[in-house]
Amino acid sequence: MRTTDQSAAPGSASRRRFILDSARTAGSVVLLSLGLGLYSRQSISLPAEAIRPPGALSEKDFLSACIRCGLCVRNCPYDTLDLSRLGDPVTTGTPYFIARNVPCEMCDDIPCVKACPTGALDHSLDNIDDARMGLAVLLDQETCLNFQGLRCDVCYRICPAINKAITLEHIANPRTGKHAMFIPTVHSDQCTGCGKCEHACVLEEAAIKVLPMHLAKGEIGGHYRWGWKEKEKAGGSLVTPDVPHQYNLPEGQSYDYESKGLLFDQQEGQK
Amino acid sequence: MRSSIRPGVDAIASKGWLLANKWLLARRFCQLSILTLFMLGPWFGIWIITGNLNSSLVLGTLPLTDPYVLIQSIVAGHTPATTAITGAIIVLLFYAVVSGRVFCSWVCPVNMITDFAHWLRERLGISGASMLPKDTRYWLLGASLLLTFSTGNVIWEIINPVSMLHRGLIFGMGLAWLILLAVFLFDLLISRRGWCGHLCPVGAFYSLLGSHSLIRIRADARARCNDCMDCFVVCPEQQVIRPALKGEPNNIGPVITSANCTNCGRCIDVCSKDVFHFGLRANNKTNQKIHVSNTNKHNNHSSGVEVL
Repeated sequence: MRTTDQSAAPGSASRRRFILDSARTAGSVVLLSLGLGLYSRQSISLPAEAIRPPGALSEKDFLSACIRCGLCVRNCPYDTLDLSRLGDPVTTGTPYFIARNVPCEMCDDIPCVKACPTGALDHSLDNIDDARMGLAVLLDQETCLNFQGLRCDVCYRICPAINKAITLEHIANPRTGKHAMFIPTVHSDQCTGCGKCEHACVLEEAAIKVLPMHLAKGEIGGHYRWGWKEKEKAGGSLVTPDVPHQYNLPEGQSYDYESKGLLFDQQEGQK
Repeated sequence: MRSSIRPGVDAIASKGWLLANKWLLARRFCQLSILTLFMLGPWFGIWIITGNLNSSLVLGTLPLTDPYVLIQSIVAGHTPATTAITGAIIVLLFYAVVSGRVFCSWVCPVNMITDFAHWLRERLGISGASMLPKDTRYWLLGASLLLTFSTGNVIWEIINPVSMLHRGLIFGMGLAWLILLAVFLFDLLISRRGWCGHLCPVGAFYSLLGSHSLIRIRADARARCNDCMDCFVVCPEQQVIRPALKGEPNNIGPVITSANCTNCGRCIDVCSKDVFHFGLRANNKTNQKIHVSNTNKHNNHSSGVEVL
């Protein structure tokens, strides 16, 4: 009996210690992982003014693809790109630029994309005009000089896709009653989000800013159709024309519902 | 046996200071040279290597990519471009041959911080065994991959002290020094060789990578061991020495086979009996009798006394 007791006790004791040690290790690793996971959720938020380099995948895909090597930053000939440091509001080690400080110069050969070893910057981007780093938005009409009827036009003039990404749309100036206002208008099918307009804006705080696509762009519901476009596609009205309405009109007048409106019976009048 | 005397004193006495610090100096030279190559660009505009340890380009042609960070990227759901894969394969092959943890002792810049912490710890006489099991790093390695998978983010990179320091030196430190200070204080005050020897999942990854490496440290002349314990004291992974050094009675060969051995060569330096040397993994037989004749092999327990 005694011998069995003695042989069993150390065995179970060491087994206990092994289980305890394993549980302790596993427990601390789980705790650390939890902290790390929560911290990572917080650290992936990208502030609106931080713009990813051209060809960057969507933010979620970018964070899985970017290995934080900084080769894009090194290959940028204009020192536009910066590699986020710990404490910066951008995920540590990932590249970004602040357009108001240094905008993207839109190099023809896109060296930053070429330098990316993983494809976090999409190598299929071969024309810089196809880049969509963000979208310029004229945010503040109350301070934009052109909106006051002045001819600043700096954002329009500096735009690498001049008269395409930003056009000047004429509208009447209600303040003076006789002048035109030239409203800088951004077109999302042309704007690359390079940020030169934001950088060049003459105001203390830029009135036009490049925002990430998801903040800048609205999106209609998947079920929604523009009636006039559908009509154009179909080559005619998609709904059955209304039964001609019987208006209670005076003699000699009729109403064309489709387009012409109120009609006077000219023939009868001539007679 | 002589824990009060600093390790390596005997070696310096018998071999001279330079030979007794040969591998340590070589290692520091290697670490600093690699760092300097990376820094030549930002400091002097000489671009021999661009990028950082996560991925770099040598002379504009040769890509090198850290396989651990690339695996995280793949686990996170990305299919990497060929450049990164090529770079990772080159690095994988290199460390598979020379032993994975050569990265830790010969390349990693954090090693200089943790070695300094350890040196200071010994100097100040801070003791106390670590509560952490040595395999915590493998748990952390697993956890980092699991978290990467569940968050879709290259997760270890948000705190990894290795890339924080290296990237920080090249691209700007930010608050990364806080993490490195934490590692330093942890190693100094809390756990002996705490970071590199217990926690770092990068080291764990490279351990696994080099588990069949060609180049290993051998204790072929183990019969000459005089039990001075110097190698044991300086070794960053103390558990790896004993099987090879004292394994003869148990039929264990003289090669330090543990993948945790960092091939730092410090044991070679501090051994006054020249027991250790760099060699190949092959020929790991028990009855190797290099440098030692059969007769004095049996006297090895008393040989230390004879010499002293």
